[in-house]
Amino acid sequence: MSTAETTRIEQIVYDSLKTFGADEAAINRDATFETLDVDSLDLAELAQIVEEEFGVAIKSGDVAELETVGDVVDLIAARA
Amino acid sequence: MVLVTGASRGIGAATARALAAGGWPVAVGFRNGADAAGEVVSDIAGQGGRALAVAADVTDPAGCERVFDEIEERLGPVLALVNNAGVRADNLSLSISDEDWAVVLETNLTAAFRLTRRALRGMLRARYGRVVNVASVVGPRANPGQANYAASKAGVIGMTKTIAAEVARKGVTVNAVAPGFIETDMTADVPDAVKDAVPARRAGRPEDVAACVRFLASDDAAYVTGTTLYVDGGLAA
Repeated sequence: MSTAETTRIEQIVYDSLKTFGADEAAINRDATFETLDVDSLDLAELAQIVEEEFGVAIKSGDVAELETVGDVVDLIAARA
Repeated sequence: MVLVTGASRGIGAATARALAAGGWPVAVGFRNGADAAGEVVSDIAGQGGRALAVAADVTDPAGCERVFDEIEERLGPVLALVNNAGVRADNLSLSISDEDWAVVLETNLTAAFRLTRRALRGMLRARYGRVVNVASVVGPRANPGQANYAASKAGVIGMTKTIAAEVARKGVTVNAVAPGFIETDMTADVPDAVKDAVPARRAGRPEDVAACVRFLASDDAAYVTGTTLYVDGGLAA
C-alpha cells in the first residue's frame, strides 16, 4: 500500500464523514465514531461507498469492531 | 426520477401517470404487457412528461440490478420508488400450495424489500428519497382465501414502519398505501357483495390510489413517514 493510496483512502473516508454531518475539525485518525456522532446507518453507508470505490467489502461483523476513523482506514488499506 | 413497478396497468399505470403529471420522470416497470407499458409511456410523453418502459421481473434479483443501472443511466438517480407489483394466488389455507405461498411472498414482500434496499443507496447519498409501498386492507384485516396475500401485505406494512424509522433522519420517507376494493384487472372476479360492504358504496378507481401515492411522494409529505394511508372508501374504518 503506497502512501498515495493511503492518503486517497483517508480522503474518501473523511469526505464521507463530513457528508454524514461530522464536525470537520474533529475528524482525525484517533477520533471515535461515537464522538463524531457517526451511527450505524452512517457506517453502513460508508461500507457501501468503500465497496464501490475500493472493491473492499466491510461486513456488519467488521463494523462492530471499528471504533476509530483510523480503524476503518487501516481495514480498507489492508484489504484493498 | 421515480420507478413504479407493475406500472403497465391498474394502480401502477395510474400512479405512473399521476407522478408524471406532478413533474417526475417515470420509469414504467412491467413484467408482462410491453404494449400496455408502451401506451403508458406514450400517454405521458403526449402530456409533455418523460417516461421510459423497463422490463422488470421483480423476483429476479440480478434483473433488478440491471434495471436500476439502465434507468439511472437514462433518467438519473432513483429518488422515488413505488413498490406496486403484486400477485394473488387465492385459496383456503388448507389448500394453499408451497409454490402459491412462495410466489406471493416473493413478489409482494421480498421483491419490495430488495428494490427498496437498492434504491436507498442513492437516496441516502442524495439525502432525499420517497418510498411508497402498495399494501392492502387485506393483511391488517382478515380475508378468507388470501392467507398468503394477507401475510405479504401485513409484512409490507411492518417493513415500511421499520425502514422508515431507520432512514428518517436522512431525508428519506417510507410509507404505504392500503387500497381497498379498487376496480382493476386484479379484482375483476371479486363478487359484488364485497363492494356492498364498502361504506362509500362504490369501488375505488386506480386514480384514487394514485393521487395518494403522488401526495406521499411529494414535498408536502416530507414529515410523513412510516405511515399507512388507507384508500378504501371506509372499508377498514
